[in-house]
Amino acid sequence: MSQSPSYTEYHPRWIRTRVSTYWWLKRWSYFAFILREVSSIFVAWFVVYLLLLVRAVSQGDSAYQQFLSWSGQPVVLVLNIVTLSFVIVHAITWFNLAPQAMVVHMRGKRVPGSLIAASNYFAWAVVSALVVWLVLE
Amino acid sequence: MAERITLQVARYRPEEQSEVTFEEYEVPCPKEWVVLDGLNYVKDQLSGSLSYRWSCRMGICGSCGMTVNGEPKLTCATFLADYSPGPVRVEPLRNFPVIRDLVVDIGDFMRKLTSVKPWIIRKEEKPLSEGEYLQTPQEMDEYQQFSMCINCMLCYAACPIYGLDPHFIGPAAIALAQRYNLDSRDEGARERREILSDHEGIWGCTFVGECTKVCPKHVDPAGAIQRYKLDTALESLKTFFMPWGAR
Repeated sequence: MSQSPSYTEYHPRWIRTRVSTYWWLKRWSYFAFILREVSSIFVAWFVVYLLLLVRAVSQGDSAYQQFLSWSGQPVVLVLNIVTLSFVIVHAITWFNLAPQAMVVHMRGKRVPGSLIAASNYFAWAVVSALVVWLVLE
Repeated sequence: MAERITLQVARYRPEEQSEVTFEEYEVPCPKEWVVLDGLNYVKDQLSGSLSYRWSCRMGICGSCGMTVNGEPKLTCATFLADYSPGPVRVEPLRNFPVIRDLVVDIGDFMRKLTSVKPWIIRKEEKPLSEGEYLQTPQEMDEYQQFSMCINCMLCYAACPIYGLDPHFIGPAAIALAQRYNLDSRDEGARERREILSDHEGIWGCTFVGECTKVCPKHVDPAGAIQRYKLDTALESLKTFFMPWGAR
């Protein structure tokens, strides 16, 4: 037997399994997480789209009309519908996770998580209503 | 005679094999038996060489964590009957190197745990004659949930981030650091911040949330990490806008 201080002669023959590249396909909750992460790309696209819209508006009526007809193309339309659904996923998952990150105390008592999530949804509804009012006015 | 169920147990004997293999054992399945009882039966009656960790068999010691049918579980709290008619696949905890059969090396977690200084730190200890540090029940409520952690490492086994990047400090270590940060008697938050706010600390977490789902003690490590992210972000904003107020 060797005098080495390592504690067995087989050390370190440990098995270390590599995480598969497709780990996120193996469980629904992992997949949902990846969907949430991917949704940020679509959020970024909406930001770019908004900037394009602002640029078109600033360049006058013909540029705006051109932007509108470009937006009406099937490819852009489908992309924006997909984007909208991902942005909704993004918003809903974000609001549902908020109570875990936010701890609010009122009169010495901790506000329950459901109330924190509800207030987030309420704020979302108010802002959306405001935007709708602005657009329709 | 009670019903029986088949256990498919991962075996790894480093002196004989270089890959994990599965062996099947038929064990009794009375309704009060947990997976750990099944493993004890295998060791006592069928294969004495089976290696696994266990101690209290009542969800306190945190040593019997294994992967049961793909899920990280405390085997002392996972009933065999719930998997009837079987089979039940028992594997070592994921994301840790396997030493033998169901025994994993926990050295990495132990080092990370001590690195966040999970104990009460005082700038100056008051003399014993002044008595104990008092705390109100409300102050205790702030951290009590995080103090329930039994270091079973199920959260590390469930965390894909830890699996992909073993340098990530991990859910339980951060939750336990928060347990002391939120303790009114503690003054060590600043010392812990250096390691916690590192890239491999809280910012390594992408909030998959599985750690909280598998935690047998309802510690909510994911919540602890997100709370700490929010605190750290607010703290750095404060030092940016009010550098004179920095502690």
